[in-house]
Amino acid sequence: MRVWSRAGAVAVAIAVVAAVAGCQNNGGANANPKVLTYWASQQSPSVERDKEILKPELRKFTERTGIRVNLEVIPFTDLLNRILTATTSGKGPDVINLGNSWAPSLQATGALVEWDDAMMARLGGAKRFTPVSLQTGGAEGTTPTSVPLYSKVYQLYYNKKLFERAGITKPPATWKDFVTTARKLTKDTDGDGRTDQWGLGVRGQAGTIAVHYAYILGSARGAEFFAGDKPAFDSPAAVKGIEQYLSWMGKDKIVNPSDAENADWADVYEAFAEDHIGMMLVQTLGQTLKDYHLTDEDYGVAPMPAATGPGSKNVGSFLGGTNAAILKSTDNLDGATELIKFLTGPQEQVTLNAAYGTIPPVKDAKGKAFETEEAKIARQTMATRAIPLPRVPQETQFETLIGNAVVNWLSDTATGKQPGGEQISSALKDASAKVSAGG
Amino acid sequence: MRHETRGFRIFRRTTLTLLTAFVCAPLFVMASTAVKPLNQVQGEFRWIPTEPTLAPFVDMWTTVPLARYFANSIVVAGLATVLSVAVAVLAAYAISRWRFRGREAFKVTILSTQMFPGILFLLPLFLLFVMVDRYTGLSLVGSRLGLIITYLTFSLPFSIWMLVGYFETIPRELDDAAKVDGVGPVRMLYSILLPAARPAVVAVSIFSFMVAWGEVLFASVLTTEQTRTVAVGLQAYASEANVYWNQVMAASLAVSAPIVIAFLVLQRHIASGMTAGAVK
Amino acid sequence: MTISSGARAGAGDETRRRHRKNGDKALIGKDVRNDENPKNSTGLRTRRRRWTPYVFLLPALVLELVVHFGPMVSGLTMSAMKLTQYQLAHWWQAPFAGADNYKAVLDFDQPVGASLLNSFLVTLGFTVVVLAASWSMGLAAAVSLQRTRRGVGLLRTLFLIPYALPAFAAVITWRFLLQRDNGMLNHILVDQLGVLDDNAFFLIGSNSFWSQCVVAIWRLWPFAFLMIMAGLQSVPDEVYEASSLDGAGPWRQLREITLPMLAPVNQVLLLVMFLWTFKEFETPYVLFGGSTPEQARLLSVEIYQNSFVTWNFGLGSAMSVLLLLFLLLVTGIYLAVTRRRASLHEA
Repeated sequence: MRVWSRAGAVAVAIAVVAAVAGCQNNGGANANPKVLTYWASQQSPSVERDKEILKPELRKFTERTGIRVNLEVIPFTDLLNRILTATTSGKGPDVINLGNSWAPSLQATGALVEWDDAMMARLGGAKRFTPVSLQTGGAEGTTPTSVPLYSKVYQLYYNKKLFERAGITKPPATWKDFVTTARKLTKDTDGDGRTDQWGLGVRGQAGTIAVHYAYILGSARGAEFFAGDKPAFDSPAAVKGIEQYLSWMGKDKIVNPSDAENADWADVYEAFAEDHIGMMLVQTLGQTLKDYHLTDEDYGVAPMPAATGPGSKNVGSFLGGTNAAILKSTDNLDGATELIKFLTGPQEQVTLNAAYGTIPPVKDAKGKAFETEEAKIARQTMATRAIPLPRVPQETQFETLIGNAVVNWLSDTATGKQPGGEQISSALKDASAKVSAGG
Repeated sequence: MRHETRGFRIFRRTTLTLLTAFVCAPLFVMASTAVKPLNQVQGEFRWIPTEPTLAPFVDMWTTVPLARYFANSIVVAGLATVLSVAVAVLAAYAISRWRFRGREAFKVTILSTQMFPGILFLLPLFLLFVMVDRYTGLSLVGSRLGLIITYLTFSLPFSIWMLVGYFETIPRELDDAAKVDGVGPVRMLYSILLPAARPAVVAVSIFSFMVAWGEVLFASVLTTEQTRTVAVGLQAYASEANVYWNQVMAASLAVSAPIVIAFLVLQRHIASGMTAGAVK
Repeated sequence: MTISSGARAGAGDETRRRHRKNGDKALIGKDVRNDENPKNSTGLRTRRRRWTPYVFLLPALVLELVVHFGPMVSGLTMSAMKLTQYQLAHWWQAPFAGADNYKAVLDFDQPVGASLLNSFLVTLGFTVVVLAASWSMGLAAAVSLQRTRRGVGLLRTLFLIPYALPAFAAVITWRFLLQRDNGMLNHILVDQLGVLDDNAFFLIGSNSFWSQCVVAIWRLWPFAFLMIMAGLQSVPDEVYEASSLDGAGPWRQLREITLPMLAPVNQVLLLVMFLWTFKEFETPYVLFGGSTPEQARLLSVEIYQNSFVTWNFGLGSAMSVLLLLFLLLVTGIYLAVTRRRASLHEA
């Protein structure tokens, strides 16, 4: 039911337009040192809850610095549109949050303040951050224009009850084991001749998610999706990665074909909570499953399985999450920098990431909340097995084109017509051509 | 009343039965889903809820700021309708009661806008609004005003076209009599044509209101969280963590009710207003 | 009720009368002062009178220019530019592409052109199916209710609900019904009727085309019904009575009286429905959510994807312009043919 995700794409395009005016002011000034406007992204299930989490923290900031912060929490669906339309009129905020995959596109508009070494030094230096999270700040080979706040990675969540019933003792470590394990979990439990329990659940109709799998599985086999900033989607490794994903539903039959219709994660979580599926591959969930009355008694967390075979790389996930940035149109550059210093400080990082169920991108944020199995595994993945999404301005096109293509192939697979490698390869070539034509 | 052959009677009954089923099934599901608890909606399909509840109608106001969307839609659709009808009445009056240079050109132009694919001018319109914002400070992007202006032009061509058709069915003898009495053009419109054209004005108003109430594409681009209309706002019932199908249906019923009721109450006016324009 | 039906009949009479008068009107149409009462026309007054219609027209004109024609011309300009996200910020300075965009979208051997052609054919099929079904259903319902008294009001009201329902509410409900596992349709087909052995997909794969048609028909047919019914009401009862006396049954009456009398309504109805259906956007947008299956991808969705998903506004605008030209062409031919036929009839 995620009808408006395309409206999001429109918003991106429009945002670029709106950024025109933003470029006119270069560098940011300090005319208004006592007030800041901060647009935070909605990180919890409701805007109200976000406010409850952020307001007391921002009060601490005001006590410390004497700077008042006008907070507005904005859902992700609106955020990009808002950021860029605001810069047009010059009445924009000083500090914003942004989804980290937008970072190169927003950077290309020239509306954001650059985080060079001197600026980073004010946050305590680049060394405080995990290297991969810092890479999400902008396009490859440029000075970043945003800094990471909250991070997430893909992980394997499994249903302990179903594992026990099937006599499985530990979660799979490689993709090969993964299929074997999932097969054991796929069965007809009530004997009516129809399979009603499946190894894996997927959110099959979401292009945004399909492209994540394609990217992770392809990269783990050594695929590079861009050569420099030239699109090169049709490498054999990328094709194999997509085939692997489709085969889970097709050849391997470990995914319910109905999942091809799943437009929301909620569809998958429901099935997981009702013991219809044994495993999910999802970004760090934090508190989400509490809504379904599940605790860590009910489910376990493991790292994403690893690829084996020649040419494979140790890639488990890309790094998702939220970054913060300063708009060049700010009239309080020092205050804005102070606010980001505050938000990325060790103490606030612990408080906020714990509240949102995300992982701190800074190394010195340590707390009880991150002692859980889930957080430990996530941090390990971030440190050793995570890569950024392609850091080129065409990243958004890559996401939508490949995402839509994979969704369509999964639909074909669901109706019994899994596409072959050649078909996938030639379609990926077409997609590359389309993106090149646009560039 | 009249004789009816057997074949025709069978045809009539079959037609009406099938069409009733076709129309009713989705409406029934909409209503029955709206009174189911969430767990029944997520499971296997059932026609009748076993534990009917009105909770979705209560919860829908808190899951999503529906009241705000409602208010926005009422303001946007209401003003767009009033303005659009006013503008259309003036234009239709000019076209039906005067022969002037450019009259035919104007009529053709108005009709041709019916052919414009909305998608072609979404981006240019947005660029235009951004420009206006920059140079005059009049905020059109993200504000209700921008949406009102957009919607009012959406229904304008159809409204003008229908009103011209209807105005021309009003006998000119009335005008002539008034003219002899020295009645000016504005008063003529106000006191003679408008009262006579009430069905058409009602039809056009409803039509404009429906257009503004249900439009999705432009609203998704031209509004912010604060100015969001119901048509777009209903998306929020499907969040990452949960899809509240029962609340979606309850809210759909709630947002549809005013427009459907208005339409049904005024359907006779609409039919006569529309065909006068159509037969033209 | 009696008043409005009286008005309707009056409107019909008046219309027919006007048709006959059309000839003389065209002759005097060029005379600017045609409508003026000669007794009152002093020089000053004439000048004022001459401006009066333009004053009334002004608001509509300004709005149309600003919201439709201005952007429309920009759209045309964009279609001749190499315009992507990088140039968008200064779009008026984007490099001139001449006919390149048009060449690209019309090259059916290349990916861009091939998918445009595919969606054109899908749209054509969709329009034919939806138009034929909506019109037939509207006619069938209107004829069935024409001479019955019992329950007419109730059924008519019921039939009109889908048209009055906002697009979002209607389509999202259908999306719910068409789900594979928990949807109504599979429940009927598999569990209740046993027509199918296994749950079918309606929202993905090749069935999605038909699902889209059904939803569009559900939303559109009441409009045909409304128009046809109103058209039928302007046919005087005496005509039917006279033909009954001649021994004509309902079928012959349908062929010999109803359909010919409906010709003017049909002329407009079919054109309007064609234009709406060919540009249909909201049904696929809401029904399929994130990604429309290839088998059901309509032109408007294709253009949307090219403009806002791959951010190639030059290509997207070129496609829109082609769509516009196609619609203008079809409308022009349609009007020419139907007018000629109408004038032949009168002669």
